[in-house]
Amino acid sequence: MTNEIIISGFGGQGVLSMGKILAYSGLMEGKEVTWMPAYGPEQRGGTANCTVIVADEAIASPVISSYDVVIVLNQPSLDKFEPKVKKGGAIIYDSYGIINPPTRKDIRIYKIDAMDTAAELGMTKVFNMIVLGGLLKICPMVSIDSVLKGLRKTLPERHWDLIPKNEEAIRKGMEIIRPV
Amino acid sequence: MAEKEVSLIKGNEAIALAAIRCGCDGYFGYPITPQSEVLETLAAQKPWETTGMVVLQAESELASINMVYGGAGTGKRVMTSSSSPGISLMQEGMSYLAGAELPCVVFNCMRGGPGLGTIQPSQSDYFQTVKGGGHGDYRLITLAPSSVQEMADFVDLAFELAFRYRNPAMILSDGVIGQMMEKVVLPGFKPRRTEEQIMKECPWAATGRMGRTHPNIITSLELQSEVMEQNNLRIQAKYKECEEKEVRYEEYMCEDADWLIVAFGSAARIAKKTIQLARGEGIKVGLLLPITLWPFPTRQIEALGRKVKGILVLEFNAGQMIEDVKLAVGCSLPVEHYGRLGGIVPDPDEALEALKKMI
Repeated sequence: MTNEIIISGFGGQGVLSMGKILAYSGLMEGKEVTWMPAYGPEQRGGTANCTVIVADEAIASPVISSYDVVIVLNQPSLDKFEPKVKKGGAIIYDSYGIINPPTRKDIRIYKIDAMDTAAELGMTKVFNMIVLGGLLKICPMVSIDSVLKGLRKTLPERHWDLIPKNEEAIRKGMEIIRPV
Repeated sequence: MAEKEVSLIKGNEAIALAAIRCGCDGYFGYPITPQSEVLETLAAQKPWETTGMVVLQAESELASINMVYGGAGTGKRVMTSSSSPGISLMQEGMSYLAGAELPCVVFNCMRGGPGLGTIQPSQSDYFQTVKGGGHGDYRLITLAPSSVQEMADFVDLAFELAFRYRNPAMILSDGVIGQMMEKVVLPGFKPRRTEEQIMKECPWAATGRMGRTHPNIITSLELQSEVMEQNNLRIQAKYKECEEKEVRYEEYMCEDADWLIVAFGSAARIAKKTIQLARGEGIKVGLLLPITLWPFPTRQIEALGRKVKGILVLEFNAGQMIEDVKLAVGCSLPVEHYGRLGGIVPDPDEALEALKKMI
């Protein structure tokens, strides 16, 4: 089983760290993982993205042509990556700031109002974890337990008190994601 | 215990952590994207408090490579790292190190050029690395990792080869392998050599006269041409031995292959995926992955060339390694190149299209 995912949005939305947490979660389950970031000026305000592959077998290439799941958090990302979803694959988008939603008929389309929900619940710092929850709902590639273990691995101990907040965000994301 | 632990780290971080673990005595470098994590990781690890390894941010690339020259002259395991434009600045120093027959490790995390170019991945420094970027008849022993694990493993190997042949060794990678995170088991700790060990293993080093009748002199200068020719012949004999003994490569799905891809480093990873896609369509294609770019696996490519109908050389440049592949197989079969330039990484579908065009 191989899951090939790209997460794309504005720099600062937590796109790279969301990918990292996903990769660490795969590591916790003993899977093969690669995390490949766009490391250019994107990180400083433009469009940032990272490709995460979680697989049972050795991963040939960290750079791929098409994806099982594409997560887009802004319009430029949607325009760029909608054509790259594999037939039968899925696209997840946050409607905040999206003027032209996805239109393809041969893929599954999901909407997650993570930006609005995060603002309503005062959870803007864990916005990306709401999105991650949405992903795990439609593509349960790793368990929530592994994500929490992964967080423990990536966060310095002084921030471990934030882990319950992250778990809450993941569960919220699972709740609010909707097929379109 | 911790030594067998699986970590998820970037290729650049693996270089830094492996350096500390393989008994490196000193790192001298100057930051440049996409390899700044090497210096950053070393600074965060503070190895000067544990193994005693020196980590120094020099004022420039020129200073870095010449600090390496000085450290290497005393028999220490010293290294530097940079990316393409910075590596260009270091070429004079590398030529001097090769001329003075000094071991050191240089890591180049390539980015697109020429000039300042782009910070995105590229393999366009192949010529510079294996054909001699500096002046004079010298070679760099060149290792090309294609995974984060190999980034970690090749630091010690590069030092071993550099000391065995008293010549600089290069680890040639790019922004893909440098920036990506992948599972890695870091090598176990190897202590730094003691002064006594260095004196024993490096009788040529400038470690003090120690009862010898003549002091060791480290220089690349020799104004008498007859002596300079002898120096060159000694260096060339060393290179011949290196070519005979140190060729390293990997074969992937070559047993029944009708077609062959030759690719190194990150391009080899993309090639593996391309091969999986091609085989899904019934095209029998294999990969020859040179691990040492110099010495180049000429004989292995020549042998495979006799079995296949054609070779595609996949590299992120305008066609550099293809020249060495053509030298290996002569005009016996078609050899084509596919690559993207300026920091664009071709995806496996593009490479498959190029392969099909050839077929």
